[in-house]
Amino acid sequence: MSDINEQVVTHAHKDAIGARMGMWLFLFTELLLFGGMFFLYSVYRFTHQQDFHIAAKELNTLIGTFNTAILLTSSMTIALSIAAIQKGKVKLSIFLQVVTILLGIAFIVNKYFEWMHHINLGLYPGADELLSKGPGQILFFGLYYTMTGLHGLHVIVGACVIGTMTTFTIKGTITPDSYTKLEVAGLYWHLVDIIWIFLFPLFYLIT
Amino acid sequence: MEKNLEHRHEKHTAHYGIYILVWFALLILTGLTVTVAGINFGKLTVTAALLIASIKSYLVLTIFMHLRLEQKAFRVFIGIALFFIIISFVLLFADYTSYVR
Repeated sequence: MSDINEQVVTHAHKDAIGARMGMWLFLFTELLLFGGMFFLYSVYRFTHQQDFHIAAKELNTLIGTFNTAILLTSSMTIALSIAAIQKGKVKLSIFLQVVTILLGIAFIVNKYFEWMHHINLGLYPGADELLSKGPGQILFFGLYYTMTGLHGLHVIVGACVIGTMTTFTIKGTITPDSYTKLEVAGLYWHLVDIIWIFLFPLFYLIT
Repeated sequence: MEKNLEHRHEKHTAHYGIYILVWFALLILTGLTVTVAGINFGKLTVTAALLIASIKSYLVLTIFMHLRLEQKAFRVFIGIALFFIIISFVLLFADYTSYVR
């Protein structure tokens, strides 16, 4: 009987590595998804350098920097929540997960105001104001909405995934002995952070 | 061997300090990238921005995403994925720089 139990434990242990590898494989597909857009961005920036330079002035560096800090902090809190559950501090882990979700929401709220600001200025695809500008500026804003939009969608999905993990932790599905789900959700959140690390200088810091 | 690795994994990740330290480093690098963007290095400005972003990503990958403590296969996989992304960029620009401007 104890032999069977031991086998079960060994099997679960191996699954944890498999689960993390599975998530990494999924993250590679995300790399392809965003990679294609980064290819497009780099070519258009190369062929329309002056227009990209002018268009980027419309973006507020301060808000961008603030949002970067929010996302970096949320990455830390989710990493800490995993460390907390490893130490057996379930309540601290739940608290840190909730903080991560709140920071994710704060990021999206900022993004909403930023987008609304640009839309009010007539800088959205198809607007007469934008169409009167140079072709490179139209491309810049097209890429801006597509790339930050897709990234924002990832933040929303990530926050929902972490929310599910928080429910699991409260219900006791995620425990100090079995926290792979939380670890894997964390990997996804960190990838979203890495994508923003590249989006931020490429859109906000063109000089 | 595997058990040993898992043990190491748990022991290392259970420290809070390193995450706070990396967070601090990431914020400083963000400040640095904003400052550097204000100075005009010409073509080097993009290089500097991408270099800092790469350092930040490296910190997130190794510490936050625990790559430092994972089995070697994980690092090999990621190395291959990044290699092909970089190759694609190199070929893309080898092509574009040859006939645009």
